[in-house]
Amino acid sequence: MSKKDLSQYWKKNLTIMIWLLIVWAIVSYGCSILFVEQLNRIKIGGFPLGFWFAQQGAIYVFVVLIFIYFFLMERLDKEYDVND
Amino acid sequence: MSILDWTYIMVGVTFTLYISIAWISMVKTTKGFYVAGGGVGPLANGMATAADWMSAASFISMAGLISFMGYTGSIYLLGWTGGYVLLALLLAPYLRKFGKFTVPDFVGDRYYSNTARFIALVCAIFVSFTYVAGQMRGVGIVFSRFLEVDVNTGVLIGMALVFLYAALGGMKGITYTQVAQYTVLIIAYLVPAVAISLKITGTPVPQLGFGGAIAEGADSGKYLLDILNQLNIDLGFAEYTKAYPEGGKSMLDVFCITMALMVGTAGLPHVIVRFYTVPNVRGARLSAGYALLFIAFLYTTAPAIASFSRYNMINTISNVPYNQAPSWFKNWEKTGLIAWVDKNHNGFINYRPGNAFSGKPEFTGETGSYGQLIVANTLSDTENELYIDRDIMVLANPEIAQLPNWVIALVAAGGLAAALSTASGLLLVISSSISHDLYYRLINRNASEKQRLLLGRIMIGVAVCIAGYFGINPPGFVAQVVAFAFGLAASSFFPVLVLGIFSKRTNREGAICGMTAGILFTIFYIVNIKFFGGTAWLLGISAEGIGTVGMLINLFVTVSVSRLTAPPPPEVQEMVEIIRYPRGAGAR
Repeated sequence: MSKKDLSQYWKKNLTIMIWLLIVWAIVSYGCSILFVEQLNRIKIGGFPLGFWFAQQGAIYVFVVLIFIYFFLMERLDKEYDVND
Repeated sequence: MSILDWTYIMVGVTFTLYISIAWISMVKTTKGFYVAGGGVGPLANGMATAADWMSAASFISMAGLISFMGYTGSIYLLGWTGGYVLLALLLAPYLRKFGKFTVPDFVGDRYYSNTARFIALVCAIFVSFTYVAGQMRGVGIVFSRFLEVDVNTGVLIGMALVFLYAALGGMKGITYTQVAQYTVLIIAYLVPAVAISLKITGTPVPQLGFGGAIAEGADSGKYLLDILNQLNIDLGFAEYTKAYPEGGKSMLDVFCITMALMVGTAGLPHVIVRFYTVPNVRGARLSAGYALLFIAFLYTTAPAIASFSRYNMINTISNVPYNQAPSWFKNWEKTGLIAWVDKNHNGFINYRPGNAFSGKPEFTGETGSYGQLIVANTLSDTENELYIDRDIMVLANPEIAQLPNWVIALVAAGGLAAALSTASGLLLVISSSISHDLYYRLINRNASEKQRLLLGRIMIGVAVCIAGYFGINPPGFVAQVVAFAFGLAASSFFPVLVLGIFSKRTNREGAICGMTAGILFTIFYIVNIKFFGGTAWLLGISAEGIGTVGMLINLFVTVSVSRLTAPPPPEVQEMVEIIRYPRGAGAR
């Protein structure tokens, strides 16, 4: 594995990470805290939407994000042949 | 069979299971003792991490807290789950590649400094002790409420049990016991939740049920949350789902607390160390996902329980004559978790905002004209006549919903599983910090494997005794120091760990100055508020949320000092390079 390939691998890793963290920040700090009052005007069944994000939705998204990270990194590791 | 018989059976069976597992997984090497030989599968590690993470507070207190806080209770739900995303993306894979045994190990090696190692070590021990005292107390409380033994006897039984399996099996024993404990605690949490959801909303899934409509009674067909909002307003509380109600926490404070809890979670040594136990980097990433999935089962159920139990509570006891109150009310009155003072002498239970009286109920032993237990506390001038401990929302839930006796016993076993699993993980961190980081790395580099293993076992014994002492004589400030654990983890470890991985330029001087600045700021702010009654002078950010600011200070100082001083030596930069690529983690 050459130095150049490795630095490319690292850059791609950082890109994946940053995108996932942006989603993480949007659902937790955006939907659940900063814009909770605006979202609460929308109702899904009995749930005001902002309240739902804060007590349910954000947690589901967190779980999904980690698994997406796992699968993307699996692929990246194989592509650059750095896996165990 | 009575509740007591069932409880003895449930607790007896689960304890036998834990001890047997520990006996089977007895270890002979320090690697086995500290990190289970690095051979735990991702699924098992995910379960163990979930059990390790979910403490007596998550199991017993959290739903009750949310029940009284409504929307604001989301800080715990978001804060204690969102940290796993940070852990999975920023820390776990790299720390696993680095290998070794503890968090101070990484800090000491990455920053080529025993001073940094020592600071990390002191933080790890402090954070873990803060946490473990609460767990031992939790064990005692469950014992005393469900098995009718003295709280102190309960703590002693818990101490003996934890010592036995932690000292025998080390990390390996703890891990497989935690897998069993997770199973027990999640069943114990979900069974009553599903039953109550069915009863109130007709849906077996609590996560959907609390957004659904009420199935029967006067409010049938209306949404549960709408009714709950109305009930709250009628009694003078803010709407249940309303964000930032007047007199409540501000948006900035909610933001900071959530972040401090998230970052603190990602910086807690007993959580991080779990990712050293899997065979490779892939395992670390995957087990973070499993861990959060298993945690989410409980954390998405808790807010449902919170709203069901608030609805049940208000409906069954608010504005009801005391002598017609349900039997659970009187059962739990004896334990001091609930009390009623008839301020307006009309015989009805008036539930309103504010405290009914100061402090916890101190019963005089006499009964009033309706048979209620009389308290000696000074009454407040609010209209509220009801004292209700938040723990009752989970502990008395099965009784409130009239579930069979075995379910009540199951909740007791679940509470014990939650407290014991967290306690054992913390005790191991304390033991390895002292026997590995302090003794082996800083004092005696020539210690033999056998000596270190023996010292590890002795330190578990010492730590159990100290934790037990605090469990029996809880210092008045236990509740206050919880803010410390997260504030410190956030302001000490998290920035230097992340920068240590993602920025090669970060050096020894930066890390030491950064950690010191972050910790000192956080400690002074919290001590001023919690112990000297000071005001939250920084934009009204509470003690629980100040860890966020401490973390930012740490980050800023670390980065600036690093830029102004010499870069780390080449071999350290090489090490950072190596931990970024997964291959070779299995070999160590």
